[in-house]
Amino acid sequence: RTTSGAEPESARARGARSERGERREGERGAAAIRCVAYNNHSNRLAVSRTDGTVEIYNLSANYFQEKFFPGHESRATEALCWAEGQRLFSAGLNGEIIEYDLQALKIKYAMDAFGGPIWSMAASPSGSQLLIGCEDGSVKLFQITPDKIQFERNFDRQKSRILSLSWHPSGTHIAAGSIDYISVFDVKSGSAVRKMIVDRQYMGVSKRKCIVWGVAFLSDGTIISVDSAGKVQFWDSATGTLVKSHLIANADVQSIAVANQEDSFVVGTAEGTVFHFQLVPVTSNSSEKQWVRTKPFQHHTHDVRTVAHSPTSLISGGTDTHLVIRPLMEKLEVKNYDAALRKITFPHVSFHSQPLQRVSLPRLECNGSILDPENIICSCISPCGSWIAYSTASRFFLYRLNYEHDNISLKRVSKMPAFLRSALQILFSEDSTKLFVASNQGTLHIVQLSGGSFKHLHAFQPQSGTVEAMCLLAVSPDGNWLAASGTSAGVHLHCTVPAYNFPVTAMAIAPNTNNLVIAHSDQQVFEYSIPDKHYTDWSRTVQKHGFHHLWLQRDTPITHISFHPKRPMHILLHDAYMFCIIDKSLPLPNDKTLLYNPFPPTNESDVVQRRTAHAFKISKIYKPLLFMDLLDERTLVAVERPLDDIIAQLPPPIKKKKFGT
Amino acid sequence: SFFSRYIFCVSGDFVKVYSTATEECVHILHGHRNLVTGIQLNPNNHLQLYSCSLDGTIKLWDYIDGILIKTFIVGCKLHALFTVAQAEDSVFVTVNKEKPDIFQLVSVKLPKSSSQEVEAKELSIVLDYINQSPKCIAFGNEGVYVAAVRDFYLSVYFFKKKTTSRFTLSSSRNKKHAKNNFTCVACHPKEDCIASGHMDGKIRLWRNFYDEKKYTYTCLHWHHDMVMDLAFSVTGSSLLSGGHESVLVEWRDAMEKNKEFLPRLGATIEHISVSPAGDLFCTSHSDNKIMIIHRNLEASAVIQGLVKDRSIFTGLMIDPRTKALVLNGKPGHLQFYSLQSDKQLYNLDIMQQEYINDYGLIQIELTKAAFGCFGNWLATVEQRQEKETELELQMKLWMYSKKTQGFILNTKIHMPHEDCITALCFCNAEKSEQPTLVTASKDSYFKVWILTDDSDIYKKAVGWTCDFVGSYHKYQATNCCFSEDGSLLAVSFEEIVTIWDSETWELKCTFCQRAGKIRHLCFGRLTCSKYLLGATENGILSCWNLLSCALEWSAKLNVRVMEPDPNSENIAAISQSSVGSDLFVFKPSEPRPLYIQKGISREEVQWGVFVPRDVPESFTSEAYQWLNRSQFYFLTKSQSLLTFSTKSPEEKLTPTSKQLLAEESLPTTPFYFILGKHRQQQDEKLNETLENELVQLPLTENIPAISELLHTPAHVLPSAVFLCSMFVNSLLLSKETKSAEEIPKDVDMEEEKESENSDEENDFTEKIQDTNNKDLGEDIIHQLSKSEEKELRKFRKIDYSWIAAL
Repeated sequence: RTTSGAEPESARARGARSERGERREGERGAAAIRCVAYNNHSNRLAVSRTDGTVEIYNLSANYFQEKFFPGHESRATEALCWAEGQRLFSAGLNGEIIEYDLQALKIKYAMDAFGGPIWSMAASPSGSQLLIGCEDGSVKLFQITPDKIQFERNFDRQKSRILSLSWHPSGTHIAAGSIDYISVFDVKSGSAVRKMIVDRQYMGVSKRKCIVWGVAFLSDGTIISVDSAGKVQFWDSATGTLVKSHLIANADVQSIAVANQEDSFVVGTAEGTVFHFQLVPVTSNSSEKQWVRTKPFQHHTHDVRTVAHSPTSLISGGTDTHLVIRPLMEKLEVKNYDAALRKITFPHVSFHSQPLQRVSLPRLECNGSILDPENIICSCISPCGSWIAYSTASRFFLYRLNYEHDNISLKRVSKMPAFLRSALQILFSEDSTKLFVASNQGTLHIVQLSGGSFKHLHAFQPQSGTVEAMCLLAVSPDGNWLAASGTSAGVHLHCTVPAYNFPVTAMAIAPNTNNLVIAHSDQQVFEYSIPDKHYTDWSRTVQKHGFHHLWLQRDTPITHISFHPKRPMHILLHDAYMFCIIDKSLPLPNDKTLLYNPFPPTNESDVVQRRTAHAFKISKIYKPLLFMDLLDERTLVAVERPLDDIIAQLPPPIKKKKFGT
Repeated sequence: SFFSRYIFCVSGDFVKVYSTATEECVHILHGHRNLVTGIQLNPNNHLQLYSCSLDGTIKLWDYIDGILIKTFIVGCKLHALFTVAQAEDSVFVTVNKEKPDIFQLVSVKLPKSSSQEVEAKELSIVLDYINQSPKCIAFGNEGVYVAAVRDFYLSVYFFKKKTTSRFTLSSSRNKKHAKNNFTCVACHPKEDCIASGHMDGKIRLWRNFYDEKKYTYTCLHWHHDMVMDLAFSVTGSSLLSGGHESVLVEWRDAMEKNKEFLPRLGATIEHISVSPAGDLFCTSHSDNKIMIIHRNLEASAVIQGLVKDRSIFTGLMIDPRTKALVLNGKPGHLQFYSLQSDKQLYNLDIMQQEYINDYGLIQIELTKAAFGCFGNWLATVEQRQEKETELELQMKLWMYSKKTQGFILNTKIHMPHEDCITALCFCNAEKSEQPTLVTASKDSYFKVWILTDDSDIYKKAVGWTCDFVGSYHKYQATNCCFSEDGSLLAVSFEEIVTIWDSETWELKCTFCQRAGKIRHLCFGRLTCSKYLLGATENGILSCWNLLSCALEWSAKLNVRVMEPDPNSENIAAISQSSVGSDLFVFKPSEPRPLYIQKGISREEVQWGVFVPRDVPESFTSEAYQWLNRSQFYFLTKSQSLLTFSTKSPEEKLTPTSKQLLAEESLPTTPFYFILGKHRQQQDEKLNETLENELVQLPLTENIPAISELLHTPAHVLPSAVFLCSMFVNSLLLSKETKSAEEIPKDVDMEEEKESENSDEENDFTEKIQDTNNKDLGEDIIHQLSKSEEKELRKFRKIDYSWIAAL
């Protein structure tokens, strides 16, 4: 069997990797989540990390990360919000407000707010105005125009930085949390109407300052504040008085998010706990209601920097780099797999672009040693091993790799053509003579590589009317076919594969047969015959038969598909936790068979083996698996990223005494 | 009670009424014929109390006067009682129909009737499949709903909608929720909030439970072990919880961070209750204690019975000074328990270490204790053995200080022996000038410790040092015993008994029966002091004559407990057989026992002791003569302390007196019943010996006319003129009782009957004793007083109906 030969190899590769270490990977995996913003209209979630990366997850499509904006060292986001439906804004400590182009996957524009570092941002309930809170204590109001934002006016300047902002649902007032106090502004006049001083006392000890990390303005005039003293406080904005105070943590409470119905809200603390508060009636027959703390969730080890509240779930993210989506059981109609807790440890897409093909594995760290403040979007090594291409948000790099007598030299190919500014996906053809680049304008460029020079062969223009960027490419080994997939559903070849509702997570074209294998975020796998322009028989059988329920319940999408050159019936694919070989010649498993019984022990008789064998051979021995591919016919290379390493790189969490230790 | 003046406590068949201020028992409400399972104040009249019992009745009491107002006969066993102010004419009880483990909560309509005994048969089921314990049911928010928990379910029944919601916690299948079981429940008095306690120490606050889908709960977690009971304060602003940690936790505003503690309560908190006025909390503990706690979490009073929490290693001893029973008490303590007043006198902290309660932790145990020199010295041994080779042993000697009226640590001996100490005895001879202590140990040595001068230039002091170490062929020393005059010391080495001269520590002679290891060893007393008795493990009781150095007699008897009477020659031995324990009382001089009582207890008897009587009795009957000068108490495995008494016919029926079921949920003092009778005896004794200078006050209780006079409420009494002659008469007549040689039988006829019945329920007592020995000549005097009493009763009955009509 292939795998038995391949397994020790992969183990060896793992050992080698741990010796070598992968700094570049580590840094990317370890970027803490700073903000999340939930968009109710499209059921999408924007997540920004401390390295400036912004990711967009589609919660309807099995929590798949469909879009990704690379970060920049100077652009640490502090605030993220959706406005006017589908427009995404972020603001950071460099004082700029950035709007993202969600179609072309690029930054639309960046605009300096001239208020020093921006700590907070909030879009008005109508979505037409944007409010930012700055270091210098100013609150600035911007009007959102169809293609830009326009400064409207300043509110009364406060003494210290504005750390949190919240609009009253009617849009007439705003609450701003600062250091030691909360102010309420009238939007029309821009003057501060109320100022509420927050108690500095913390468990009887006076702390130096009490930072109001978050405020929420409810429609009945109640302001909820969370602060660094571990308190959740309810204020009456009409009178400026404290109504109720909940001491919930020994450390800072850093974030708050209120549900749209205003019947529940969620707060995140620096101890890694997320508390859920609900508005429940005091008695069954009275209309009086009160806020009570209900469930605590401890899914994080470190600070929960940000929380979001979707109608059916609580979303939290923090320093430990995990994005946790906790569904609210009482809001879900049926208890299916959607009701389970999701913990997203790795961004999905950003690792698509780590091909590692038949290279004799020189030190790839030279890649990381290139000093650049911008994060890499994608990279590729040519199958022959002599070309390395990568792209950041603003530039495209192509290197020629020379490997002589254990010396590796990298030479940058200068004078890149103007159209190769930034790429979303790069791919070399099997014979390394062609370079395929998906640019963020939606165009696909084909470049001929020969010696040290290159020649632009062709550019596929996007279909008329769409500016959707292509972010997945697959080329057939014979070089005749190129498949590309956009962020939403649908795969384009020279023709278009029938549309499917869920985004594509990985695809590849099989050698010889030119069958395109496509994995979707709902864990479906299709096989499409390019020459025949229809789904293959096997794919139809699979669809008719249906996948095993455990297969469909996997958390992470399939991130890579490859083929064994000598075994046409095998499809090799993997997600973050398992590696699977689909043997098309074997019967499909039904729900009663054991899915995860990948390799029956050899001492069992052949009869038993044959009886229990099914098409899915799965190995789950891997710690989070980033990449796995065949190096040659008998060798598999696996790239793992142990969670322990990421945790080791994190700052130490707040010490809590654990009972019994 | 309503104004926090009294506290009610269920104690076996009785309900005891204690005063919260003085800690004294004010009344004992007796009338139930089986275990009382629930008490509740009448919500419509806070001077009345409902109680229910396994005998199938609900009784209504006037607790201030301690009288029974009404009895409602339900018919089936009642396991818990609840009252709700809104449901005026009905109460709620838990009953057990068909299957043994399935209980129902039913509402019982109490019919209005003027008669004293009413049948209440109108039952309607409220909730099915609930837990038996009253802690698992709670009525919330003015009786709008009732919550009951069992296993992993919380059921809430809404009276208005007549619907039940049921909430389930994930059960033990999941390892994380392995101990999710509900243990208790409480309801917020003002809001719709249910607090439930769990096996893993969590408290869940349930809200929004009208909707089976939208319900929500909060967790409060401080307890590391199961939550035993929960109670909301009267306003609902705080929640009290308690458990094995013996810490009362007050959660203010139901917030996790806002909690107050009252630690070191001594033992597991079993129940928590809050006074209706809200100023007092009260906790009952597994060590037979009730604590009254002020609102600001300060303990204000303790009602402590005999601590019966843990296993008894030290055995029963009598403190020669206070005549108190001494045994293991709280962990690391010796308790001094007054048998006369059913009260703990004090606790002596032996270990002087903070007790850490954790399951699986090996604790230091107080294993041996002995009094010496008329209570001047106390020796204690504590040991801790984690592994075979790691033995920690410590012997402490305590001196009685007249100044402080307590024991003061004098000498601490670390590792007095290499192995466990098996026996410890003082030389209690009157003439001995030097206090001597002998310890026997498994390390094959016995050591003699004497008191020596330990003075130095700073202070005058005395201390204990080892004087002599003896051994016999490397056999393990199992027992040691001094003869009455202190001249001889007997030490048993497995199967061999050696006799040593206490002057010179010379080995005098040895006895060997080769019949198994010696388990008990004791010298005869008074006229029988020439005999030495030994009981072996394989059931042989031998008696040796010390003068002839020969075996006098031996008998086949599997002796569990052998205890000599310090005031007579008698020795009591309790043997264990498969059916129960039998008591034999004999004199060492003759092998025929004086008295045999078969089947004194079904359980194994662990310890026994003779308690000298202050005033000797004079039983004419031969069978009871052995009880004349001392009383025999014994302790069974379930830690019930039982005694022999012979007084009134009812007690003859049950020579072993009463044993209470060791039901956990009841904060009972299992001895009070005995002691109640014991006290009676004491009083009677006083009655007989009027020349006794003691206070005469208790005397009045024994004359029914007077007790009637004093106990009947003033407003129902006839005029004083009418009563006067009766009162004087009764006083005059009682004087003659003394001259009558008969044992007075002044127990009220009715009471007799009741007790008889209740005793019959106590089915474990087997009676082989003939009852011929007592001449129960009826006294004319008593007849007279009885007729008077009946007259009085008539008055009372009339008034009862009048009260009931209210």
